[in-house]
Amino acid sequence: MSKKVSVATCSLAGCFGCHMSLLDIDERILDLLQLVEFNRSPINDIKHIEGMADVGLIEGGVCNAENFHVLKEFREHCKILVSMGECAITGGIPSMRNHFTLKDCLEEGYIRGVGIENAHIPNDPEIPLLTDKVYPCHEVVKIDYFLPGCPPSADAIWHFLTELIAGRDPSLPTELIKYD
Amino acid sequence: MENTFSLDGKEIPFEPGQTVWDAAMAAGVYIPHLCHNPDYEPHSSCRLCTITVNGRPFAACTQPAVADQLVHNNTPELNAMRRTILQMLFVEGNHYCPSCEKSGNCKLQSSAYDLGMQDNHFPQLFPHREPDSSHPDVILDRDRCILCGLCVRVSRDVDKKSIFAIANRGIKSELIVNSPSGKLVDSKVSVDDEAMKVCPVGSLMIKRKGFEVPIGQRDYDKEPISVVSLRQFQGRKEGRHE
Ligand code: SF4
Ligand code: SF4
Repeated sequence: MSKKVSVATCSLAGCFGCHMSLLDIDERILDLLQLVEFNRSPINDIKHIEGMADVGLIEGGVCNAENFHVLKEFREHCKILVSMGECAITGGIPSMRNHFTLKDCLEEGYIRGVGIENAHIPNDPEIPLLTDKVYPCHEVVKIDYFLPGCPPSADAIWHFLTELIAGRDPSLPTELIKYD
Repeated sequence: MENTFSLDGKEIPFEPGQTVWDAAMAAGVYIPHLCHNPDYEPHSSCRLCTITVNGRPFAACTQPAVADQLVHNNTPELNAMRRTILQMLFVEGNHYCPSCEKSGNCKLQSSAYDLGMQDNHFPQLFPHREPDSSHPDVILDRDRCILCGLCVRVSRDVDKKSIFAIANRGIKSELIVNSPSGKLVDSKVSVDDEAMKVCPVGSLMIKRKGFEVPIGQRDYDKEPISVVSLRQFQGRKEGRHE
């Protein structure tokens, strides 16, 4: 292969578990690095996508304004965009807040909660504003592929990336599809 | 040939009175299903078992087997339609598999694995549904109810208690409890009810049992539902119940 595939990754409203699972491919990461180079990613701390990435892996759904901007940047600068993990695909555990109003959630966390001193809702302009609900990524931008699991196993991520890079259909075999 | 029909090109024998689903499963051909449990009368409401007979769609669990009919089951088109049904079931409820006690033993989840469902496709509805944890031994988590009606049928026909019913229509349908307060604690439900054994998902459950079998060692963690389901069906004929 003449040129390495450029892969960008980010974690939105997730727990970094999917990134941990990506690193969990162990020594296969050395094989992977023969095939890909990491563009913007928390793994290398590059903050913005340089040029166009071939593949973007999104962990987490959209819970605040910053998530929205990052997801938009990824869509604009990635040829193939992938929702990786339950939170990106369905909203996941963070979307459990969708059953309550944002006001109720904030008041429960910062005003009425147990053991709170100096009760007030944080409003520093540096803190990104929360969205009304947590959104699965495909409800915000077009997503090309979905890699389920909480997190997807290292084997599922490996299968997906190597098949995609080889130009084949990266659908997972049944035994690698998990939602937990 | 007398008393056989063609299923995806294979000759399947049947006995008069059998459904397509019964005859296929007896012959070792799996047909996906959720609201059907062969121990009870079929209901044909979830439509996951949809097959085509001479080109027209029918529910296999209620379709009588008839000689010489041409049946299709495991086709890309039917499986794509089944995936769509599953996706709709997922977005209509609140299914957080990572934190669900039923994960690994759930027929909705394992059917979705088996049919290659990798995303929910439709917008999540995030409906508000009230759980009922009023009873000391039994819990009803409506977030996960797929309205299959199994508990309704079994409580009415087998336990003779009629504790459950599906109220309202369409997207407003919900499972309700027959008691003065509408709560399980005031109903006649008991952990020994047959109805407590039939929920295909993690909706109607016995308390303090959820993690008796660890995650990773459950029915569908080890084998796909198509394999487990056929084995259970065969075992049932031989009097074994898993
Ligand atoms: S009931 Fe089944 S599909 Fe729903 S959350 Fe539980 S394991 Fe997942
Ligand atoms: S509680 Fe379970 S058995 Fe009863 S209707 Fe809902 S999904 Fe079916």
